[in-house]
Amino acid sequence: MNQENKDCYVVDGKLALPYQYFAGRTGSRFLISLRDKKKIFGVKCNKCDKVFVPPRQTCERCFENISNNWVELSDTGEIVNFSVVRYEGKHLPRKPPFVLALIKLGGADTPMTHIVEGIEPEKVEVGMKVKATFSDEPTNTILDLDHFEPV
Amino acid sequence: MANRAAICAVAQIPFESNLWQQRVQGMVFPVVKSIMEQTGVSFGGEKGIQNVVTCSDDVFDARTISDNGVTDEVGAHYQGEEKVAMDGVNAIAYALACILSGHDDVTMVVAHCKESQSEDRNMCTNLAFDPFYCRPVGLDYLNLAAMQARAYMDVSGITDKHLAKVVELSRKNAAENPLAIAREPVSAEEVMKSPMICDPIRDLHVYPVSDGAIAMLIANEDRCREFTDKPVWITGFGNCMDSYFPGDRNLASNFSLKRAAERAYIMAGVTNPEKEFDMAEVHSSYAYQLPMWCEGLGLCGEGNGGEWIDGGGMEKKNVNPSGGPLGGFPIMVGGLAGAAEAVLQLRGEAGKRQIYGAKKALAHGTTGAAGQHHAVMILENK
Repeated sequence: MNQENKDCYVVDGKLALPYQYFAGRTGSRFLISLRDKKKIFGVKCNKCDKVFVPPRQTCERCFENISNNWVELSDTGEIVNFSVVRYEGKHLPRKPPFVLALIKLGGADTPMTHIVEGIEPEKVEVGMKVKATFSDEPTNTILDLDHFEPV
Repeated sequence: MANRAAICAVAQIPFESNLWQQRVQGMVFPVVKSIMEQTGVSFGGEKGIQNVVTCSDDVFDARTISDNGVTDEVGAHYQGEEKVAMDGVNAIAYALACILSGHDDVTMVVAHCKESQSEDRNMCTNLAFDPFYCRPVGLDYLNLAAMQARAYMDVSGITDKHLAKVVELSRKNAAENPLAIAREPVSAEEVMKSPMICDPIRDLHVYPVSDGAIAMLIANEDRCREFTDKPVWITGFGNCMDSYFPGDRNLASNFSLKRAAERAYIMAGVTNPEKEFDMAEVHSSYAYQLPMWCEGLGLCGEGNGGEWIDGGGMEKKNVNPSGGPLGGFPIMVGGLAGAAEAVLQLRGEAGKRQIYGAKKALAHGTTGAAGQHHAVMILENK
């Protein structure tokens, strides 16, 4: 070691800040539907003719308030893109390898990102049909929709 | 109001993958000192710098108001100081606005990032996503980049072999850059054998964990000659932000990059980007991004990325002579490192990697996941 660095040390740190994020009125309804009804809802911008999921209060394009235009989406959809996550990370919801995919649900125009399970990662393909599996225990998060599995 | 602004000096510390023995302040101070020594610029008073533009990220520094940590080192004590928490090319643009508005006649840009401080930079970038829908499923810059790579490779004819070539060439360039990290050559075969870490992204397709700092002095036309005989003019800038949710974006479309480039080209009077630049530094932190960004910038034809690499496009167009991010550029500092290389090239000070007669260069920086935001800058020495 460089003599200059002798007896130098690093101090361990950690950012651990308990925090509460307001989910918003639109987000709350979406998450409560997942948890209590096991249903996935999007919101439709009638002006742009587009169904968004995750939902939002305001259309990003035309600034219309779209928060009351709820559309029930199918619990099945198509994988439009995916990756096999092969690295570890404390922020990751699964041990590697696992599949993260963009899934376009029936009735939605924008795909949502979620975990795909019940299939070997090597066998996952774009175009594959998958169905939502809901969590047995409530998490009060998007993970009330636990993952998707091939139909 | 000033008519033009020029970059008068650049300073960079050699980037490293683990500068554990250096505090962030210790990374920043040498580049600021270097700018002072190169140009004789001072701080405060009528003639000195009265306003400094910094560039850093709170999460990577694990503190809020990350600029506060370096206030003294950047000469901002009792001065104006403003922070840009985006890629450094945007910090140059902020300085440009300070100059062109007449608010300042000389200012300094200072950027730093020490990626190695966090246990895992993917944990940092997971925090760039919304806390309700994307963070809980584990999205980070690497895995969204992987999905963008898949989407792009589908439409561009880019294969694993092309990506290997990009890494091989980038490393070859980095080998000539004493400030780069990944300077050992790798062959395309070795790249293709490196482990898949997030399909279709392999380990060697990803930029190394990088620590470093850069500073630049920027002045108006009236005063730039006080600091240099070789001013490099900022003649164009444009940026654009794409949608936030990954599913709202067409990941393969280069939507925001095309708009950013268009704005920069209009400002600089560039009509044929494929022909007009002597070199380009594109902020490609993953191998697939190099041809993808070059398509978005119009440096090669759209959907032609694969053919372009096969035909030696990267070498012919002098893309990333510094080695680029695959040689090791920290996040936030990345686009600024590219711009610094462009300045050296336009001044004829790029050593072994000098592109002779370079007059017009493009520097590009991207912020956010999978190129959500892009910034494009045109630099010229005339």
